[in-house]
Amino acid sequence: MNEVKCECGHVNPHGTILCESCGRILDDKEKDKQLLDMRYEGSARRSQTYNKTIIDKIWNFFSSVKVGVWLIVLTLGASALGTILPQEMYIPPVMPASEYYEDQYGWVGKLYYELGLHNMYGSWWYLILIASIGVSLVICSLDRVVPLYRALKTQRVSRHEGYLKRQRLFGISDTADADMDLEKIKQKLKAKRYNIREENGNLLAEKGRFSRWGPYVNHVGLIIFLVGGMLRFVPGMYVDQILWVREGETKVIPGTDGQYYLTNNDFILEIYDKETDDEVFDAAIDRVGTVVKNYQTNATLYQKKGNTIPGEKPELEKIKDKEIRVNEPLKIDGFALYQVDYKRDELNKMLFRLENKQTKESYGNITIDLFDPQTEFDLGNGYYVEVMSYFPDFEFDGEGDPTTKSRIPNNPAFVFNMVTPENPDGEVSFVAIQQTIEPLGDNEYKMAFNGVETKDVSALTVRKDLTLWIISLGGAIFMIGVIQGAYWNHRRLWIRKMDGQIWTAGHTNKNWHGLKRELESVFDETGLPAPKDQLSEDKKE
Amino acid sequence: MKKRRTVIRTVILLVLGGAVAYTLYANLTKDNIQKVEIGKMAPDFVLVDREGEQQRLSDYRGEGVFLNFWATWCKPCEREFPYMETQYQRYKDQGVHVLAVNVSESDVAVDKFIERHNLTFPVVIDKDGQVQTAYGINPLPITFLVNPDGEVIKSHTGELTEDKIQEYMELIKP
Repeated sequence: MNEVKCECGHVNPHGTILCESCGRILDDKEKDKQLLDMRYEGSARRSQTYNKTIIDKIWNFFSSVKVGVWLIVLTLGASALGTILPQEMYIPPVMPASEYYEDQYGWVGKLYYELGLHNMYGSWWYLILIASIGVSLVICSLDRVVPLYRALKTQRVSRHEGYLKRQRLFGISDTADADMDLEKIKQKLKAKRYNIREENGNLLAEKGRFSRWGPYVNHVGLIIFLVGGMLRFVPGMYVDQILWVREGETKVIPGTDGQYYLTNNDFILEIYDKETDDEVFDAAIDRVGTVVKNYQTNATLYQKKGNTIPGEKPELEKIKDKEIRVNEPLKIDGFALYQVDYKRDELNKMLFRLENKQTKESYGNITIDLFDPQTEFDLGNGYYVEVMSYFPDFEFDGEGDPTTKSRIPNNPAFVFNMVTPENPDGEVSFVAIQQTIEPLGDNEYKMAFNGVETKDVSALTVRKDLTLWIISLGGAIFMIGVIQGAYWNHRRLWIRKMDGQIWTAGHTNKNWHGLKRELESVFDETGLPAPKDQLSEDKKE
Repeated sequence: MKKRRTVIRTVILLVLGGAVAYTLYANLTKDNIQKVEIGKMAPDFVLVDREGEQQRLSDYRGEGVFLNFWATWCKPCEREFPYMETQYQRYKDQGVHVLAVNVSESDVAVDKFIERHNLTFPVVIDKDGQVQTAYGINPLPITFLVNPDGEVIKSHTGELTEDKIQEYMELIKP
């Protein structure tokens, strides 16, 4: 019941259209056709035949090329959607994503955010789409390559006449001396590197069969590629993080489990200068204005010595100094740190002067470290300043009280208490940028702004990728498959003696013109005509 | 024959399904930066409090620790602090401690905050963020309940009511 026995004696799997061995037509529908559908050699694609259990149903769904194409179209469409607005990881960290998109792009941005498109490439449904393509690739390939391999391996030399006459290239001819003609043809086929098999005086010449495996090699490459992508989710295989580090600051390098620390000694930004640089740059400088020559972080790398528990000051051992420039990363232990961004002139220190408002006379300077301010400044001679409150990122909250939005000194504000010989209890003054409030009435003294000190902040990408070689391997195999399938053709020629006549038939999986030309030169001067193209004959009629 | 086919197909589908499931799982958990697992030992740390005393989490073994991460700019943190203070007064003699870890702010900002709210429990500042990394801190406030055996039995992200704080302190009472 499950198998079909052909008259030639070969047992074919259920669903076979053309006998794997002799090519006899087993499916009656095929008999009405003038030409055979030679896809997959008329073998039984399992998915087309069994549909009983739930496993079969899932299998058949993924085995369909139509489903595969739809999955690819959907993925393409989705991938395009994700590029309309920047993804979340690329938006500046000025405000949360929930506000940023609406603020920047209006209702479109809001919709984009609410649909989750701001983080699309990591979303579960996008991953499922990609994964489905992978599953479809595996099942489609298995479902076709196995029967195709079987059919090509079991094919017999003598093919059934119904098979031969329904080939696109076909001819019947009478000949006086068949054996001599055949001998000549064989020599010529050999010269053209055909493999020749003979059986009862019949002949099968075949070359380039391996080109039939091209698409499957290609799919294997794709699957290896996808596996490489999947491995990025395995801890330790892939790190892509960003490290913002101020000048003078030492920070742990993320992703290294606290093993490595980096100090930013200096951030350098150089621009091309008309005076000192080569004059070939002049035109570009005139056109654009400023052209950056170099982004550079002078860094020192440290390794932690011994085990510490969090909070303890780690003992650091210097490994090396390195000038990190664009495309010249600092490399350590599989990690690479690339120069990627910078922020110039971040507020670092603020300078004030205690001043008598009337006489403008100064009674001393103070410098406040905005990241860790000192609270008391004794200026001598009875002059004394106390920092009563500090708001690094100042704003007024809903109740009108001063408060801070974050710990970054974007907008520093202070409450000072100024003790002077005239006011031994002190005068309170609230000082923010371009704003002074004297909450307890008019003061005699004020904290006059006396300048700022800034520092540059450098951003480095911390990258580690152990999956790259797998992805490259997948890509290489992919290309081998493409080349294999594209530059070789699977060509076959059948010659069969039937009642004193010679039947010839030819088939190729692509490039029919090439096959016809090759056969014409093979049959030339042999007394036998080359098989004719039945398709172009139709057109002529 | 048919049986063999079903078995082969099932095995292949299971392998593929497993790979897809793992990828999805790994992707969903990679953003879940909270590294502290419930039922596991709380990561130990050492920080100096505002009184100048070393606070080491493992020194509290045998007693419960109400471990709170906070910042001065975080309004919910500010709202729950008075409740933490009153409950601390109630439970400190029953072996429950409060440890408030500030996230890398300046001394003056933290000191003024302690002054303003009359806090008596130890407050430490995690200057270089090591403890935050170890605990995977992102949104504030977040509270971890460490039992007398040093295990994290619960974590809570977001503001706490006074009732909740009391309920939690009962949980970690030795």
